[in-house]
Amino acid sequence: MNLEKVVFGFFIVLAATLNFGFFIGDIDRPELHHVYELAAALVVSLIATALKFGDRTQIGAIHLATSLVADLQLVAAAITWALAVHVTGEGMTPSVTSSVVSLSGGALFANIVSVIILIIETVMMRR
Amino acid sequence: MTNNTFFLVLRRMRAPIIALIVIYAISILGLTLVPGIDAEGRPAPPLSFFHAFYFISYTATTIGFGEIPVAFSEAQRLWVLVCIYLSVIGWSYSVVTLIALLQDKGFQNTLTTNRFMRRVQRLKEPFYLVCGCGETGSLICRNFDRIGQAFVVLEKDELRVEELDLQDFKTDTPALAADASLPDNLLLAGLKHKACTGVLAITNDEQANLAIAIAVRLLAPDIPVIARARSQSITGNLASFGTDHIINPFERFADHLALAVAAPERFRLIELLTSLPESPLPPPHRPPKGHWILCGYGRFGQIVAQRLRTAGITLTIIDPAAPGSDHEISGDGTEAATLLQAGIANASGIIAGSDNDINNLSIAVTATELKPDLFVVTRQNQAANSALFAAYGAEFAMVPSHIVAHECIAILTTPLLARFLTRVVEFDEARCQRLVEKLQTLCHGLTPTVWGVRLSQAEAPAIHARLRTGEACTLAALLRDGTDRSQALPMLPLLVERGNETTLLPDGDFVLAEDDHLLLASTHAIRRNLEFTLQNANELAYVLDGRTDSGSWLWQKLQGKLH
Repeated sequence: MNLEKVVFGFFIVLAATLNFGFFIGDIDRPELHHVYELAAALVVSLIATALKFGDRTQIGAIHLATSLVADLQLVAAAITWALAVHVTGEGMTPSVTSSVVSLSGGALFANIVSVIILIIETVMMRR
Repeated sequence: MTNNTFFLVLRRMRAPIIALIVIYAISILGLTLVPGIDAEGRPAPPLSFFHAFYFISYTATTIGFGEIPVAFSEAQRLWVLVCIYLSVIGWSYSVVTLIALLQDKGFQNTLTTNRFMRRVQRLKEPFYLVCGCGETGSLICRNFDRIGQAFVVLEKDELRVEELDLQDFKTDTPALAADASLPDNLLLAGLKHKACTGVLAITNDEQANLAIAIAVRLLAPDIPVIARARSQSITGNLASFGTDHIINPFERFADHLALAVAAPERFRLIELLTSLPESPLPPPHRPPKGHWILCGYGRFGQIVAQRLRTAGITLTIIDPAAPGSDHEISGDGTEAATLLQAGIANASGIIAGSDNDINNLSIAVTATELKPDLFVVTRQNQAANSALFAAYGAEFAMVPSHIVAHECIAILTTPLLARFLTRVVEFDEARCQRLVEKLQTLCHGLTPTVWGVRLSQAEAPAIHARLRTGEACTLAALLRDGTDRSQALPMLPLLVERGNETTLLPDGDFVLAEDDHLLLASTHAIRRNLEFTLQNANELAYVLDGRTDSGSWLWQKLQGKLH
């Protein structure tokens, strides 16, 4: 067993699960989408990205690309949240909540792709 | 390859970046949990994520705006203390890793290799690949640079490459400190680049030269290789797989010396044509016939002895390992006793040809003291000793690096010259002498530039277009000054090649045809003068017909109307 693989798989799956946890629930109800979950998803996603740095294989490149997409989506969600709550003072209205959650939904898709690639890579592995 | 560096940085920075992310996450999370205090001292809700991220961002980067948006509670300050030290550790870890990476030898090598590769790939003009930039290599490089020939340098010694970077070359020369005998490095230096026109394997190590020559033969069979060899076995080995040109400096020098004894004028002619262009004229050598003493009977000595004996010279050999046969004396030749024993009184010349520079000088000085009118030939092994040899001033000096460099430059810059030189053997001494005198007056005490030009569309478009129309043009009509056509250009046409046919020393009445290949000797300035005439149709019209009109279509129409 390779500790590096454990850590790598752990963070990729954790990023997807946290993202899923934030995403699940009615899209326009703020009480179902806690900001701490978003923060956790963002941080884990960033760590997952950093873990993928420096792999020069084709699969490594796609891993990195999907992770960057997820980061981008989650950062956009976080900025939307910050704008609504602190800048415009609008608060978490149903419309703001749904845009934050749908952005995280995009990230979720990227994270699922990451997990699929991880599974494919594992299946292909011969050692 | 550029990606390589990028990924290398990312890979090394992985740990510090993750550490930073974790530290930020913990700090921000803590701040969103610790309760705050409002302006009146009543408990207030903790900072939100937005404010916490803002605060940590300016605190962690040591910008420190203070406690924003309101003064912190004591509990918050306690947590911020932890955050400050955590973030300092995180940032210093990243910065230290980055600096360590930048100073890493391997990383710097990757950077220089990448830069070198990019520069080679960007080369558009034809270039030579020079493997080994020692004494010979630098001499060749300097001359390439002077004539504007592009080249790429591979040299094992890092210090020499750095020196090369400091030399103010006119051209932008990519140089890499790498072992040229490894095929990968040759490929890196553009062996398969479509502008690569030749490879010079001129390192000090003949095994390396052999490796380079074989690699080129296999990887890029169409590219000519010039290799330097010292021993007979390597020379034979190089020749066996078709190395285009093998230069053995010992053999070359022995040939020259024998030729100088047998046919001094012909030797002088060859010397003038193959010397570095526009350098001071070398003093004429007149080695006497008769009996010579040869000190040192190694690889150099053996070749010299063989060549001189065929030229009709008798030899006494002095060598520490002399087998004791006829005419062979054991010793260094540095002591007067040995030289006297070798019969210096009756000798007309001496060759100080050991592989030790100091011994050679000692032999030369001792010999001159014993017999001042002796003809002395010295062998100089190291360029660093040039000052000593110059101060001694031998009649004939053998410097291997110069021999190789001169020959490389002569062959590479003017392929026709090699063909001319093979024909020089047919010339008698009187003809050679006339040519030598002509060449010496041509360039005012400097050696001539020998250059070739093909009257083709690419090299000489103006004359090519004119010859194409069927107009006859003689050599004398063409070789005229472009600024004043009443003056003939001071240059000597050596050879004209048309297809398989060659005309040696064509005279002024020679009628040119398109795609003729001309070999000419002149100064560099005269060369440029003629090149301009050959390329510019208006200049050519002036030189041939004395017409000074411009090529403008409108003007020609108007002129046609007026007349």
